Amino acid sequence: MIIATNVNKSFGRLKALDNVSLTCNKGQSISLIGPNGSGKTTFIKCLLGMVVPDNGFITFNNKNIAHDWAYRAHIGYMPQTGRFPDNMRIVQVFDMMKDIRKDSATCGLDEDLISAFGLNKVLNKRMRTLSGGTRQKVGASLAFLFNPDVLILDEPTAGLDPVSSEILKEKIISQKQKGKLILITSHILSDLEDITTEIIYLQEGKLKFHKSLQQLKEDTGEEKLTRAIAQVMKSNLHP
Amino acid sequence: MKKIIKYVVLDILRNRIVLAYTVFLFIISLSVFNLEDNAAKGLLSLLNIILIIVPLISIIFSTIYVYNSTEFIELLVSQPVKRTGLLLSIFTGLAISLLLAFLVGAGLPILIYSASGAGFMMIFVGLALTLVFVSLAVLASVITRDKAKGIGVAILLWFYFALIYDGIILFILFQFSDYPMEKVTIGFSALNPIDLGRIMILLKLDIAAMMGYTGAVFKDFFGGFWGILYALLVMLLWVFLPVWLTVRKFNRKDL
Amino acid sequence: MMMLLLLPHLVFSKTWRVSRQGPIASIQSAVNQAAAGDTILVEKGIYLEKGLLIGKPLFLKGLNMPVLDGEHKYEIVSIKSDGVTLEGFDFRNSGFSGWNDVAGIKIYDAKNVVIRSNRLENTFFGIYCQNAVHCTIINNTLHSNAADEIESGNGIHCWKCDSMQITGNTITGHRDGIYFEFVTHSLIEHNNSFNNVRYGLHFMFSHNDTYKNNVFNNNGSGVSVMFSHGVNMLGNTFERSQGGSAYGILMKEITDSHAEANHFSNNTCGIYMEGTTRIMVTGNTFDGNGWAMKIQASCSDNTITGNNFKGNTFDVATNGSLVLSRFSRNYWDKYEGYDLNRDGVGDIPYRPVSLYSMIAEKNPTTMMLFRSFIVSLLDKAEKMIPSMTPVDMKDDTPIMKPLTL
Repeated sequence: MIIATNVNKSFGRLKALDNVSLTCNKGQSISLIGPNGSGKTTFIKCLLGMVVPDNGFITFNNKNIAHDWAYRAHIGYMPQTGRFPDNMRIVQVFDMMKDIRKDSATCGLDEDLISAFGLNKVLNKRMRTLSGGTRQKVGASLAFLFNPDVLILDEPTAGLDPVSSEILKEKIISQKQKGKLILITSHILSDLEDITTEIIYLQEGKLKFHKSLQQLKEDTGEEKLTRAIAQVMKSNLHP
Repeated sequence: MKKIIKYVVLDILRNRIVLAYTVFLFIISLSVFNLEDNAAKGLLSLLNIILIIVPLISIIFSTIYVYNSTEFIELLVSQPVKRTGLLLSIFTGLAISLLLAFLVGAGLPILIYSASGAGFMMIFVGLALTLVFVSLAVLASVITRDKAKGIGVAILLWFYFALIYDGIILFILFQFSDYPMEKVTIGFSALNPIDLGRIMILLKLDIAAMMGYTGAVFKDFFGGFWGILYALLVMLLWVFLPVWLTVRKFNRKDL
Repeated sequence: MMMLLLLPHLVFSKTWRVSRQGPIASIQSAVNQAAAGDTILVEKGIYLEKGLLIGKPLFLKGLNMPVLDGEHKYEIVSIKSDGVTLEGFDFRNSGFSGWNDVAGIKIYDAKNVVIRSNRLENTFFGIYCQNAVHCTIINNTLHSNAADEIESGNGIHCWKCDSMQITGNTITGHRDGIYFEFVTHSLIEHNNSFNNVRYGLHFMFSHNDTYKNNVFNNNGSGVSVMFSHGVNMLGNTFERSQGGSAYGILMKEITDSHAEANHFSNNTCGIYMEGTTRIMVTGNTFDGNGWAMKIQASCSDNTITGNNFKGNTFDVATNGSLVLSRFSRNYWDKYEGYDLNRDGVGDIPYRPVSLYSMIAEKNPTTMMLFRSFIVSLLDKAEKMIPSMTPVDMKDDTPIMKPLTL
């Protein structure tokens, strides 16, 4: 569904993505893992067209995404930190997004998360008055709102309380079962355990490996994802 | 695109600065016309406000607004929205709001007190300058990532067009006073929208004096249909060129 | 004495009728047959007189504006006698000549001629008075189609005349509307002179004349008064003389004259003074001119008092630092001073010469920057500490409120 070929991106002298090529397919649930500054978010932003690669290209459903925008109708994106126009109310943000994506929404709206997170009780609050966690909830709700084929979630559980975190996880699993492509970055590896089918490991902008969770566990001989990754990191830092 | 323009305009109107700007222009215009004993003198006093304040407010407000819309832009860029459309929407939204503010704040009093050729020209120039400086503001805020730096660039641009450029021209005209500079000055006027606007108003307000100079180049050039067309085209260029550059830059910008 | 001489004619005068159909079909033959003092009535029709010559005192009156056509060849009427009255004719198409000054009506060395209520259309010179005394030219309408200064003549042209009265005429499309050279003790009143190629009124070597309540509008260069003394210019209106050398009034080398209660509006320059002495300029209104006044350094002893200056681009300009003229008690709309003792007179002097007018005078292209912020700053600074503008050019008693004139 998504194919990246030789994607490079530098910010000044820093090489954020170094010749990254990978393929993500429908029905997969992929975890993007790597230390801080390894290029996970940059890669996600490249997928969304928010960051333009220096060279290399990315295709979405076999179409190059450069200079295209319509493909984003198939993507639900939850950013790392939910940033919204300060003086809009939650309800206005939802309405605006519905308004803008009205034409491109393929199947009906999915407002489960809004009620599950209890956002419908605070719909009239202005964005600037919200806590970081509530903003995350708004971001998550928006990502799932339009029933997209692809979900891209950047640190989805980072600011959430355990209950909300659990709600979100369940939501992700239910979507995975519907056969959607899910891309997640997270440092909370325990959260990924139940969700992930594939692991992509990035370090210093380079793709270190892309294998299935099963394969990774076999290769490292560890039972838990957390330990498997810890071992990978250690061996990469001290080769 | 229409939807996004709607949200931008609604957002700006909720932001009270544009309302304050409208009221400010309105009060200034009214008091200027009431204090001066004839409408022509009132227009003259308004001239400097239109040539100085309108560009200043337009560029600063727009720059700050674009920076404050970073979240809005980030939110929409990840959505199925064309980047060019997004930027043009923000520009159009800003332009509509500020044009409206100028029309109500200054246009209305001018129409009431001095609905003459000079009055209409002043309204036209005010509107044109608003557009030009919104356009420059959008450029300034897209080429710089840092808010403080962007506002600095905006103020500098304004300062350049309002004062420094004229200083340079005055210097050049004196340095080359032995040469026939009449034609060249028409070229100079095209390089600064404030100057161009001022000359267009001068030709309405001070026509008797402008006729007095040998050749009366400006009158000959700008007085006729082609001159007006030329001024209009140059103004449009001043609006579209920065917007075009901004769109180009914005389409490649990483957010 | 005059009356006694005329008396027999008045008593025994005869009336002749000229008509295209009638027994007398030409005006010239009527004139030839008539005796001095007779009346000739001319009925409606077109008369081709090939140069009508009037050599005796007659009263010629047109009924319903008969047309005298000069066929583009002839001087239509030549008056070579005193006491001729010409009334109610329509003169058309005089000859055009560069060396002969052909006119619609020409008065040669005559006294007491009256030219009244005629229409002159497409004549080279309109009414030409040469060595005329005590003549009256009243309520005539003159129109021609002059295109340039060289191939056109003047409307009412007076040369070496005395005690003329020129009243209520409308003159347009000539070179100069009214032209005076060596004319004395004359009155020009209630005329309307507009759209003439050169001057609305051109006035040279003519002393002790008065022109008042005339309207001069849109003439190529306005009005020019030169090399004369004792000229009274009262209650006239000077409008829209615009161009590089266009003036409401150009005063050159005139002395002991008086300009009062005139209205100057939308001229490039209201009054231009060069080499004038003892001119009183008072009670005038200058309104919307490029320069209200330009006073060259060659002027002396002029008094400019009690005038209104409103909405002029520049109030006064001069070409030197020498100032021998006095300004007092004028109203200047650009005055920014105050009146603490509330006597209606500003407490600090007004300096009517702005720095930028001096700069623009030297370097006209700098007008491009006029009214820009930087120029306003320069002007403000100059007002505080005069450096380029003449220090003595000032009105010490500027009036705070516009004068009612």
